[in-house]
Amino acid sequence: MTLTDTEQAPQAKGGRRLSTSKAMVEAIAQEMERDESVFYLGEDVGAYGGIFSSTTGLLEQFGPKRIIDTPISETGFIGLAVGAATEGMRPIAELMFADFMGVCLDQIYNHMAKIGYFSGGRVKVPMVLTTAVGGGYSDGGQHSQTLWGTFAHLPGMKVVVPSNPADAKGLMTSAIRDDSPVVYMFHKGIMGLPWMAKNRRSIDLVPEGEYTVPIGKAAVARAGTDVTVVTLSLSVHHVLDVADTLAGEGIDVEVLDLRSVVPLDREAILASVAKTRRLVVVDEDYLSFGLSGEVVAGVVEADPTLLTAVRRVAVPDVPIPYARSLEYAVLPRHDRIEAAIRSVLP
Amino acid sequence: MSTTTPAPAVQELSTETRLGLYASMVLVRTFEEAILREYHADKGPGFDIGKGLVPGEMHLAAGQEPVSAGVCAHLTADDAVTATHRPHHFAIAHGMALRPMAAEIFGRTTGLGRGRGGHMHLFDPDTHFSCSGIIAEGYPPALGMAFAFRSRGTDAIAVAVTGEGAANQGAFHESLNLAALWNLPVVFVVEDNDWGISVPRSASTSIPNNADRAAAYGMPGHRVEGNDVEAVHEAAGRAVARARAGSGPSLIEVHTLRMWGHFEGDAQGYRPDLADVASHDPIPAYEDRLRSAHVLDDATVARVRAQASAQVEDAITFAKDSPEPDPADAALYVFAEEAQS
Ligand SMILES: Cc1ncc(C[n+]2csc(CCOP(=O)(O)OP(=O)(O)O)c2C)c(N)n1
Repeated sequence: MTLTDTEQAPQAKGGRRLSTSKAMVEAIAQEMERDESVFYLGEDVGAYGGIFSSTTGLLEQFGPKRIIDTPISETGFIGLAVGAATEGMRPIAELMFADFMGVCLDQIYNHMAKIGYFSGGRVKVPMVLTTAVGGGYSDGGQHSQTLWGTFAHLPGMKVVVPSNPADAKGLMTSAIRDDSPVVYMFHKGIMGLPWMAKNRRSIDLVPEGEYTVPIGKAAVARAGTDVTVVTLSLSVHHVLDVADTLAGEGIDVEVLDLRSVVPLDREAILASVAKTRRLVVVDEDYLSFGLSGEVVAGVVEADPTLLTAVRRVAVPDVPIPYARSLEYAVLPRHDRIEAAIRSVLP
Repeated sequence: MSTTTPAPAVQELSTETRLGLYASMVLVRTFEEAILREYHADKGPGFDIGKGLVPGEMHLAAGQEPVSAGVCAHLTADDAVTATHRPHHFAIAHGMALRPMAAEIFGRTTGLGRGRGGHMHLFDPDTHFSCSGIIAEGYPPALGMAFAFRSRGTDAIAVAVTGEGAANQGAFHESLNLAALWNLPVVFVVEDNDWGISVPRSASTSIPNNADRAAAYGMPGHRVEGNDVEAVHEAAGRAVARARAGSGPSLIEVHTLRMWGHFEGDAQGYRPDLADVASHDPIPAYEDRLRSAHVLDDATVARVRAQASAQVEDAITFAKDSPEPDPADAALYVFAEEAQS
């Protein structure tokens, strides 16, 4: 059975409670069962099961021909995935941290992302590039960035960013089946890892069986009337926490979980802002020249009279600092989100 | 071109040099053990990587001290070292002051990077030391440091360190070619500890010895077996002298040992040799050797250990007593102007 979720929250359909990483792995396993051409390659994805548990158990299930440990040669193995995809396979290549994109970016944005276009649509690159993003645990400025704005800025790849287990599974299934290259970015803080602070929604209901979440459709994570908060990934959870607090004061926050950066669900943003007239964008990526500006610009271009107030909460163009006090100061966390929401209210 | 030196080392070193190598290894180990203790002290209940006085990933180098001691014995503070995500042993052996080093690891204002960098990003202009958490990306800057030294007419050299896993990255190969092509004063060091996180060398590298790769770029390559500090010292001596003399780069690979996990918290379930690891600890082995050669006795061992421990505990205390950075200053030092303040 293939369910296609559009409007309703996937949690409504029941299932078991899984961590986000288990939900991801379940989608990969189901697609590997279903389609011989799917294989997974990356560093420490075999016996280790992925540093962030993105492949736990897959080696035992599918063996080393389809779950492949690579050398630390990202240009080589990501380029290999590109080539295999153009020959009809469906590789999933894992870049351990999004921060490492620099060593292999040419294969990503000049090859993976452009071959479809260069060929006038005649060559397809049906691959998934998975990568871990995000900070909050003092891993320093080369291991804590989100960088989805960078991938999104470069045309030719879809960029999906789940925030919860059910979406993680449904979006992974869609990503694997998509004929375009899809970058699948998972925040370490939503994976439900035993060795990292967990938010309470990182383990949640996930439907059994095959299940897709369409790429390009935002979800209303919380309906409200006073202010729209557009966000994604781990920040969804921070915003929902703040919305719960503010509800006690009679402030009714609508939370839009983008679920994908490319395509960006501009209609969902507009529909929500048309209702609330107030917009806060919360983004764990850098402030300038990125997603938060894009969201605001999209609204203003569509109808400059729609908004009465707007704020952005993002990383203020600073490399992610190591010391906890500094890192917490630059990340969009509860205090900054709450202050931004309050500041747009009348 | 490449040769393999079996332990024990061929040449007899002076007592002073041997004690120096020993003391360097002991100081590094003492530091790593103290960081280990502080790192795990308050991660619980369970293990939360973001908690405690020293949060984040922690890569310790226990077992790899022969490499840093043997190489750095030939360097002065005018020489540059670019290290990896596992940088402490090279930082210490190259003479980095322990107080600001520890303070950076604890994320304090008195740290080398005033709390901005952390354990994988130690930058010290006093000893020309730097490191990178991105694999093999410390190799190319070493070329530039060597280039700068030569342009200024000094005989300083640059030492670039990676693991054997990193030797499969493009930056490694580009750097070897460019250094040889331009005859730059660089010594490339590969620490082969058999593992790139969970991936064994046999599954990552098409040939057994990275030292053999040097030939492809036109430079001498030498592999040191046995994790033997004196053999490293000898090979590094030749490579450093060659670079200083203006004769160009060399590659040294040392077959060494990662005694602990890739990072702290790594259960190492993938590793079949775990039970044996402690018995291959290079420090007691060197101690035994120096004792049989009558270079070391109980009193000297006790003195070296006590000195190391005093230095390390002083640095840890200094770090703990130092202030945390003010959150309001998070954006300070993004640009050079701000460093004037
Ligand atoms: C470009 C890049 N890819 C992957 C990583 C993740 N990573 C960090 S350490 C490591 C293994 C390194 O192995 P090796 O070079 O042998 O050094 P060792 O850890 O054994 O000292 C990997 C894959 C990284 N930091 N940078």
